[in-house]
Amino acid sequence: MRVLYFAWVRQKVGMAEEEVFPPAEVGDVAGLMAWLGTRSPGHAAAFANARQIRAAVNQEFATPDQPVRPGDEVAFFPPVTGG
Amino acid sequence: MTRPTIRVQEAPFDLAAECAALTEGRTDTGGLASFVGICRADDNLSAMVLEHYPGMTERAITRIAEEACARWPLTGCTVIHRVGRLTPGEPIVLVLTASAHRAAALESCAFLIDWLKTKAPFWKREEFAGGGERWVEAKAEDDAAAARWSAPGDPA
Repeated sequence: MRVLYFAWVRQKVGMAEEEVFPPAEVGDVAGLMAWLGTRSPGHAAAFANARQIRAAVNQEFATPDQPVRPGDEVAFFPPVTGG
Repeated sequence: MTRPTIRVQEAPFDLAAECAALTEGRTDTGGLASFVGICRADDNLSAMVLEHYPGMTERAITRIAEEACARWPLTGCTVIHRVGRLTPGEPIVLVLTASAHRAAALESCAFLIDWLKTKAPFWKREEFAGGGERWVEAKAEDDAAAARWSAPGDPA
Protein backbone atom coordinates (compact mmCIF):
# COMPACT_ATOMS: atom_id res chain seq x y z
CA MET A 1 0.00 0.00 0.00
CA ARG A 2 1.39 3.39 -1.04
CA VAL A 3 0.83 6.16 1.51
CA LEU A 4 1.31 9.84 0.62
CA TYR A 5 1.56 12.80 3.00
CA PHE A 6 0.98 16.47 2.19
CA ALA A 7 1.50 19.87 3.84
CA TRP A 8 2.11 19.76 7.62
CA VAL A 9 1.28 16.06 7.77
CA ARG A 10 4.28 15.48 5.45
CA GLN A 11 6.47 17.77 7.56
CA LYS A 12 5.59 16.00 10.82
CA VAL A 13 5.93 12.48 9.42
CA GLY A 14 9.23 13.52 7.84
CA MET A 15 8.62 12.03 4.40
CA ALA A 16 6.38 12.57 1.40
CA GLU A 17 5.49 8.94 0.79
CA GLU A 18 6.18 5.38 1.86
CA GLU A 19 5.25 1.82 1.00
CA VAL A 20 3.60 0.11 3.97
CA PHE A 21 2.30 -3.37 4.72
CA PRO A 22 -0.23 -3.02 7.55
CA PRO A 23 -1.54 -6.14 9.30
CA ALA A 24 -4.73 -7.68 7.97
CA GLU A 25 -6.88 -6.22 10.76
CA VAL A 26 -6.25 -2.71 9.37
CA GLY A 27 -9.29 -2.49 7.15
CA ASP A 28 -10.28 1.14 6.81
CA VAL A 29 -8.91 4.70 6.75
CA ALA A 30 -9.35 5.21 10.51
CA GLY A 31 -7.59 1.92 11.27
CA LEU A 32 -4.74 2.79 8.93
CA MET A 33 -4.29 6.19 10.63
CA ALA A 34 -4.14 4.53 14.06
CA TRP A 35 -1.58 1.98 12.82
CA LEU A 36 0.56 4.57 11.02
CA GLY A 37 0.64 6.61 14.23
CA THR A 38 2.65 3.83 15.88
CA ARG A 39 5.44 3.78 13.27
CA SER A 40 7.63 6.63 14.57
CA PRO A 41 7.50 9.69 16.82
CA GLY A 42 6.98 11.80 13.69
CA HIS A 43 4.03 9.66 12.62
CA ALA A 44 2.64 9.85 16.16
CA ALA A 45 2.88 13.66 16.12
CA ALA A 46 1.23 13.87 12.69
CA PHE A 47 -1.68 11.59 13.61
CA ALA A 48 -2.10 12.80 17.21
CA ASN A 49 -5.28 14.69 16.32
CA ALA A 50 -6.99 12.60 13.67
CA ARG A 51 -9.85 15.07 13.35
CA GLN A 52 -7.51 17.63 11.78
CA ILE A 53 -6.57 15.21 8.99
CA ARG A 54 -8.38 14.44 5.76
CA ALA A 55 -7.79 11.40 3.57
CA ALA A 56 -8.06 10.24 -0.01
CA VAL A 57 -8.13 6.65 -1.26
CA ASN A 58 -7.00 6.18 -4.85
CA GLN A 59 -7.18 9.96 -5.37
CA GLU A 60 -10.79 10.33 -4.17
CA PHE A 61 -11.68 12.05 -0.88
CA ALA A 62 -12.46 9.36 1.69
CA THR A 63 -14.25 9.12 5.04
CA PRO A 64 -12.71 7.36 8.08
CA ASP A 65 -14.84 4.24 7.51
CA GLN A 66 -13.76 3.83 3.88
CA PRO A 67 -12.08 0.42 3.27
CA VAL A 68 -8.40 0.28 2.35
CA ARG A 69 -6.74 -2.70 0.67
CA PRO A 70 -3.25 -3.77 -0.40
CA GLY A 71 -2.37 -1.92 -3.60
CA ASP A 72 -4.37 1.19 -2.73
CA GLU A 73 -2.88 4.68 -2.85
CA VAL A 74 -3.89 6.41 0.38
CA ALA A 75 -3.12 10.07 1.11
CA PHE A 76 -3.32 12.06 4.35
CA PHE A 77 -3.40 15.86 4.50
CA PRO A 78 -4.94 18.87 6.26
CA PRO A 79 -8.20 20.41 5.02
CA VAL A 80 -7.50 21.94 1.59
CA THR A 81 -6.75 25.67 1.15
CA GLY A 82 -6.51 26.31 -2.60
CA GLY A 83 -8.21 28.89 -4.78
CA MET B 1 -21.24 19.44 -23.36
CA THR B 2 -18.30 21.83 -23.26
CA ARG B 3 -14.98 20.22 -22.36
CA PRO B 4 -13.19 22.37 -19.79
CA THR B 5 -9.52 23.28 -20.09
CA ILE B 6 -7.67 22.45 -16.85
CA ARG B 7 -4.04 23.23 -16.08
CA VAL B 8 -1.90 23.08 -12.92
CA GLN B 9 1.39 24.87 -13.48
CA GLU B 10 4.19 26.88 -11.89
CA ALA B 11 4.34 29.39 -14.74
CA PRO B 12 2.21 32.55 -14.84
CA PHE B 13 -0.85 32.63 -17.12
CA ASP B 14 -1.86 35.22 -19.70
CA LEU B 15 -5.42 36.38 -19.01
CA ALA B 16 -5.90 37.98 -22.45
CA ALA B 17 -4.56 34.94 -24.29
CA GLU B 18 -6.79 32.58 -22.28
CA CYS B 19 -9.88 34.74 -22.95
CA ALA B 20 -9.05 34.82 -26.66
CA ALA B 21 -8.59 31.05 -26.74
CA LEU B 22 -12.03 30.55 -25.18
CA THR B 23 -13.92 32.75 -27.66
CA GLU B 24 -11.85 32.27 -30.81
CA GLY B 25 -13.85 31.05 -33.79
CA ARG B 26 -17.18 31.10 -31.93
CA THR B 27 -20.22 33.31 -32.48
CA ASP B 28 -22.46 31.79 -29.80
CA THR B 29 -20.76 33.37 -26.76
CA GLY B 30 -22.44 36.45 -25.35
CA GLY B 31 -20.57 36.79 -22.08
CA LEU B 32 -17.26 35.80 -20.59
CA ALA B 33 -16.79 35.90 -16.79
CA SER B 34 -13.36 35.79 -15.21
CA PHE B 35 -11.93 35.44 -11.72
CA VAL B 36 -8.25 35.94 -10.98
CA GLY B 37 -7.07 35.07 -7.47
CA ILE B 38 -4.02 37.11 -6.43
CA CYS B 39 -1.43 36.55 -3.70
CA ARG B 40 -2.17 39.15 -0.99
CA ALA B 41 0.48 40.43 1.42
CA ASP B 42 -1.26 39.91 4.78
CA ASP B 43 0.83 40.22 7.98
CA ASN B 44 4.09 41.10 6.22
CA LEU B 45 3.90 38.02 4.03
CA SER B 46 6.92 37.59 1.74
CA ALA B 47 5.80 34.55 -0.26
CA MET B 48 3.08 31.93 -0.55
CA VAL B 49 4.10 28.36 -1.35
CA LEU B 50 1.40 26.22 -2.94
CA GLU B 51 1.62 22.45 -2.65
CA HIS B 52 -0.72 20.05 -4.43
CA TYR B 53 -1.44 16.36 -4.99
CA PRO B 54 -0.36 15.65 -8.59
CA GLY B 55 -2.94 13.52 -10.34
CA MET B 56 -5.72 13.97 -7.81
CA THR B 57 -5.64 17.75 -8.27
CA GLU B 58 -6.31 17.54 -12.00
CA ARG B 59 -9.03 14.92 -11.44
CA ALA B 60 -10.74 17.01 -8.76
CA ILE B 61 -10.70 20.22 -10.82
CA THR B 62 -11.93 18.38 -13.91
CA ARG B 63 -14.84 16.98 -11.91
CA ILE B 64 -15.76 20.42 -10.54
CA ALA B 65 -15.52 21.99 -14.01
CA GLU B 66 -17.60 19.22 -15.58
CA GLU B 67 -20.22 19.81 -12.87
CA ALA B 68 -20.29 23.51 -13.87
CA CYS B 69 -20.65 22.58 -17.56
CA ALA B 70 -23.57 20.29 -16.65
CA ARG B 71 -25.35 22.88 -14.49
CA TRP B 72 -24.97 25.89 -16.79
CA PRO B 73 -25.09 26.14 -20.62
CA LEU B 74 -21.42 27.07 -21.03
CA THR B 75 -19.68 27.60 -24.36
CA GLY B 76 -16.28 27.51 -22.70
CA CYS B 77 -14.56 26.95 -19.35
CA THR B 78 -10.92 27.31 -18.30
CA VAL B 79 -9.36 26.72 -14.87
CA ILE B 80 -5.64 27.33 -14.33
CA HIS B 81 -4.17 26.96 -10.83
CA ARG B 82 -0.55 27.79 -10.11
CA VAL B 83 1.68 25.91 -7.65
CA GLY B 84 5.10 26.58 -6.17
CA ARG B 85 6.41 29.82 -4.65
CA LEU B 86 4.42 32.98 -5.42
CA THR B 87 5.11 36.50 -4.20
CA PRO B 88 2.52 39.18 -3.27
CA GLY B 89 0.80 40.63 -6.33
CA GLU B 90 1.27 37.49 -8.42
CA PRO B 91 -1.82 35.74 -9.80
CA ILE B 92 -2.59 32.32 -8.25
CA VAL B 93 -5.69 31.03 -9.99
CA LEU B 94 -7.72 31.80 -13.12
CA VAL B 95 -11.34 30.80 -13.71
CA LEU B 96 -13.00 31.67 -17.03
CA THR B 97 -16.55 30.78 -17.98
CA ALA B 98 -18.29 31.70 -21.22
CA SER B 99 -21.95 31.41 -22.12
CA ALA B 100 -24.59 32.90 -24.39
CA HIS B 101 -25.84 35.06 -21.52
CA ARG B 102 -24.23 36.76 -18.55
CA ALA B 103 -26.09 35.06 -15.70
CA ALA B 104 -24.77 31.58 -16.58
CA ALA B 105 -21.23 32.91 -17.02
CA LEU B 106 -21.20 34.87 -13.75
CA GLU B 107 -22.90 32.19 -11.64
CA SER B 108 -20.75 29.33 -12.90
CA CYS B 109 -17.58 31.36 -12.36
CA ALA B 110 -18.55 31.97 -8.72
CA PHE B 111 -19.51 28.30 -8.31
CA LEU B 112 -16.12 27.17 -9.64
CA ILE B 113 -14.02 29.35 -7.37
CA ASP B 114 -16.12 28.46 -4.31
CA TRP B 115 -15.73 24.75 -5.01
CA LEU B 116 -12.04 25.01 -5.88
CA LYS B 117 -11.41 26.31 -2.38
CA THR B 118 -13.02 23.31 -0.73
CA LYS B 119 -12.70 20.36 -3.17
CA ALA B 120 -9.30 20.63 -4.84
CA PRO B 121 -6.21 19.28 -3.03
CA PHE B 122 -4.05 22.40 -2.70
CA TRP B 123 -2.34 23.66 0.47
CA LYS B 124 -0.90 27.12 1.05
CA ARG B 125 2.12 27.80 3.26
CA GLU B 126 2.84 31.43 4.09
CA GLU B 127 6.40 32.70 4.49
CA PHE B 128 7.02 35.97 6.34
CA ALA B 129 9.65 38.66 6.02
CA GLY B 130 10.83 37.92 9.58
CA GLY B 131 11.62 34.30 8.67
CA GLY B 132 8.56 32.58 10.14
CA GLU B 133 6.11 30.41 8.25
CA ARG B 134 2.68 28.87 8.76
CA TRP B 135 0.19 26.71 6.92
CA VAL B 136 -3.01 28.50 5.95
CA GLU B 137 -5.97 26.98 7.80
CA ALA B 138 -9.21 26.10 6.04
CA LYS B 139 -11.95 28.64 6.72
CA ALA B 140 -15.51 27.78 7.75
CA GLU B 141 -16.79 30.59 5.52
CA ASP B 142 -15.26 28.85 2.49
CA ASP B 143 -17.27 25.72 3.32
CA ALA B 144 -20.38 27.87 3.71
CA ALA B 145 -19.72 29.61 0.38
CA ALA B 146 -19.41 26.25 -1.38
CA ALA B 147 -22.45 24.80 0.40
CA ARG B 148 -24.77 27.49 -0.99
CA TRP B 149 -24.44 25.83 -4.41
CA SER B 150 -25.67 22.47 -3.15
CA ALA B 151 -29.34 21.98 -3.90
CA PRO B 152 -31.20 19.32 -1.88
CA GLY B 153 -30.34 15.90 -3.25
CA ASP B 154 -27.06 16.97 -4.86
CA PRO B 155 -24.31 14.42 -4.33
CA ALA B 156 -21.80 17.21 -3.58
